[in-house]
Amino acid sequence: MSVRRTAIFYALIAVFALCVPWLGIYPVFMMKLLCFAMFACAYNLLLGFGRMLSFGHAAFFGSAAYVTSWLVTAHAWGPATAILGGVAAAAALGFVIGGIAIRRHGIYFAMITLALGQLVYFVCLEAPFTGGENGLQGVPRGTLFALLPLRSDVVMYYLVLGVFIGVFLFIRRVVHSPYGQVLKAIRENEPRAISLGYDINRYKLLAFVLSAVIAGLAGSLNALVLGFATLTDVQQSTSGEVILMTLLGGTGTFFGPVVGAAIVVTLQEYLSDIVGGWVTAIIGVIFVACVLSFRRGIVGELAGRLLRSDPKRPVAGAPG
Amino acid sequence: MSEIFGIPVAVILGQLTLGLVNGSFYALLSLGLAVIFGLMGVVNFAHGAFYTLGAFAALLGLQYFGINYWAALLLAPLAVGIVGIIVERLFLRHLYRLDPLYGLLLTFGLALIVEGSLHQVFGASGESYPVPDSLAGVLNLHFMFLPLYRAWVIVASVVVCFGTWFVIERTSLGATLRAATENAPLLQAFGVNVPILKAATYGGGVALAALAGVLASPVVLVNSHMGTSLVIVVFAVVVIGGMGSILGAIVTGLALGVIEGFTKVIYPEASNIVVFIIMALVLMIRPAGLFGKE
Amino acid sequence: MNFRTLGAATLAVFLAVMTQRPALAAGDEVVIGDLDDMSGVYADVMGAGGIESIKMAIADFGGTVLGKKITLLTADHQNKPDIGASKFREWADQNGLNMLLGGSNTGVNIAMEKVGAVKKVPLFHIGPGGASLTNEDCTAYSIHYVYDTTSLANGTATAIVNSGAKTWFYLTADYAFGTQLQSAASKVVEAHGGKNVGAVRVPLGTADFSSFLLQAQGSGAQVLGLANAGTDFSNSLKAANEFGVTKTMKPAALLAFISDIHSLGLKTAQGLYLTTAWYWDLNPETRAFAKRYFAKMNREPTMDQAGAYSATLTYLKAVKAVGTTDSDKVMAELKKMKISDMFTRSGYIRADGAMIHDMYVMQVKSPQESKYSWDYYKLVKTMNGEEAFGPITGLCPLAPKK
Repeated sequence: MSVRRTAIFYALIAVFALCVPWLGIYPVFMMKLLCFAMFACAYNLLLGFGRMLSFGHAAFFGSAAYVTSWLVTAHAWGPATAILGGVAAAAALGFVIGGIAIRRHGIYFAMITLALGQLVYFVCLEAPFTGGENGLQGVPRGTLFALLPLRSDVVMYYLVLGVFIGVFLFIRRVVHSPYGQVLKAIRENEPRAISLGYDINRYKLLAFVLSAVIAGLAGSLNALVLGFATLTDVQQSTSGEVILMTLLGGTGTFFGPVVGAAIVVTLQEYLSDIVGGWVTAIIGVIFVACVLSFRRGIVGELAGRLLRSDPKRPVAGAPG
Repeated sequence: MSEIFGIPVAVILGQLTLGLVNGSFYALLSLGLAVIFGLMGVVNFAHGAFYTLGAFAALLGLQYFGINYWAALLLAPLAVGIVGIIVERLFLRHLYRLDPLYGLLLTFGLALIVEGSLHQVFGASGESYPVPDSLAGVLNLHFMFLPLYRAWVIVASVVVCFGTWFVIERTSLGATLRAATENAPLLQAFGVNVPILKAATYGGGVALAALAGVLASPVVLVNSHMGTSLVIVVFAVVVIGGMGSILGAIVTGLALGVIEGFTKVIYPEASNIVVFIIMALVLMIRPAGLFGKE
Repeated sequence: MNFRTLGAATLAVFLAVMTQRPALAAGDEVVIGDLDDMSGVYADVMGAGGIESIKMAIADFGGTVLGKKITLLTADHQNKPDIGASKFREWADQNGLNMLLGGSNTGVNIAMEKVGAVKKVPLFHIGPGGASLTNEDCTAYSIHYVYDTTSLANGTATAIVNSGAKTWFYLTADYAFGTQLQSAASKVVEAHGGKNVGAVRVPLGTADFSSFLLQAQGSGAQVLGLANAGTDFSNSLKAANEFGVTKTMKPAALLAFISDIHSLGLKTAQGLYLTTAWYWDLNPETRAFAKRYFAKMNREPTMDQAGAYSATLTYLKAVKAVGTTDSDKVMAELKKMKISDMFTRSGYIRADGAMIHDMYVMQVKSPQESKYSWDYYKLVKTMNGEEAFGPITGLCPLAPKK
């Protein structure tokens, strides 16, 4: 896509996002969508740009949700500090899990993150402060910086939207930075990156922790939006969903995870009214279809087709 | 010596025995995973789903066709094995030239389809399969009453596990299989039909999972998610044992079942996570796994 | 197809789906919601049968109230607090929900109750047991309708301790309901001179109870208190039989529904004591309702399914009496009125939200005693509401201790 077309595209999306509360769209739904879009972007940073397939990313999303909810309910922290606390927990967890998992590659990495994610799930199930199967309920949104009450859905929506845009731009910045370039070099050819003298484990661990931090931010915000943190946030199916969002939208593209998250969250919210419990099976079908014939994802395929008609740009990467 | 550290010996022995029963399932399942991975390089996320399918095949066979337990023990793995071969032909074979991660993702999607559909059709609560009459008794081990059926599970799975190990490591069929792992093009040049070999391997691997499912059906509830969390534990078992090692998978599976049982005695809260903690520790010390070669 | 048009079309469909919400019921409908476990361990207890009995109640009321049509929304909360709370919030925000019924899972109900308090929508707890719903977790908009952990313990635990079995070990479902049921039973056991030896917490929906039962057996207690429900209850009882635990310990069903007894069979379940708010074969009114229900569902209703019918009628009667669906006015009326229908003859709703009514201690018949299908219980004792539910504790700010 040309730069101009990309700019128009983003401008249209931004106008739409700003108008959401006046279009009759349920704001809680849009906030959930944005939180998952953020989560998918975080995941994409790891999978798309670092080629690390984590199967336990819900651990970061969920643990941050739990810590934030706990700080708000049990210790009456304000939303900003509680979110920071949640993100810090996700970062620490990311450091530990990442530190163990990056010792292996590919499918081993996937299985290890899966197992460690399950470990976090059981800790959340049994730890004294998480409320077990009940989760933490009735989490108030509070007042941001003692100035802005977040009780209104519209106010909360703009907060979430603002954070999302910040995160989105931050990820673009990271990927285009020298650090991001090295990460991509490792993705393409790890032995070569080693021979060039890069301490690849440090780069990979940093990517893992960054991804965990953003996933945690998404989880914390989601908990404040919905007013609860439950086991659903940490369970393996949530890890699976974020993989699907990224894969379906397009791994390694900037906007793909957002598209993927929008589709998956919409499917879950609206399809369940029509097809009931078949949602899980349908998500499985989409997964299989993606892997078999749609590996670049929607945005990746679209970009690929458009680029072929645009000989001025080399065929690589993403829109923007 | 009726107590060790204040815990009755009977309780310890009882939990260890039950751990061995669980370990039998871990061993059977991780064996199937190891066989599939060893030959095809596919991490079969759908392994738990095939285990579930095996149990459902037995249950539905009994309810609708009156197929008894012993016939189900043979027929259910056969049916599921055929499903596995179809899955391999339809889907998996398109992915061999790609990153193995795609195989993992594909089988993850398959697992969602199977488990989601079963959930929708049969609900979440599940049913139990009646214990066959000939195994309905109870063994009095003096430290506990062990239902005869559970003893049978241990025996059956150990026999099947070591039988499979023998076939793969000690027979000419096994040699062919191992050769396909090492150098498939060369084997093909010798006139061996490698694609069929791969399809059959996948079928065989998932048939082992289905066998575990049939064995488990009188012990646990047959429901759509019976394999979901089990497969994660089995993945951890395989990582601990070292991928691709048949013997490693069997021994680690049994051992971890017993360790889990022991944890239930000394610190029950940790029994769900002990396998994962061991996995993390093993990875720090021996990243390739206990029996793995790097 | 051109790929760009495909993209544009996808976006258009997406937007169309998202913006096309059911319009808010602009005062021309009375909207009742039923959020419950439709597919999990409690699906037989309430589930589809509960929906049917709510529909029966709406039809019996005439289908309209205050000249407005009564509509029913239903959804499956899958025993997940997040799904229950989000769905409730969505219905309240988007569908003009006037009243919600349901639950079956104390954890989910606590989550839904917090939403109900914020959105000011009355919530009738039908299936959950946790007495905390009318104590520390109570809200001004919630009513606990069928039974609670206090009344179950007062019924079953008392009967068993008085029969001479004094030492107890509990197998407890590991969430709000199980722990509350265990603590309620423990109090009763101690009050009657019994002793609580220990407990093991078991995850909801456990597939294999063997190792937990081994712990129970190691305790040497006389009674195995099953502080669980639904299929968890029937499965743990089956496993206790299989491992010979029932040879040395007496199982106590702290909560059992007729659907559980039906699936266990009288051979396994005979002799169990249990406490129930309703039984289909109590009197002519219950039998008349059960007959109509059976014609539709081909099984006898549980106390929850009967309770859902009664709760729906009670709400509609209150709306009719005050002439509005305004939640505060309806709640005030609900806490004033007498409830008399086939579910209870002399029920009333206390300030803390508990519906006080008779509870029945039953014993499961032996196969020989059972004369016709679903003839499962014999009445041991009728507890009046005050005895069953106990005095107001003062934990709920709405109902200070007298």
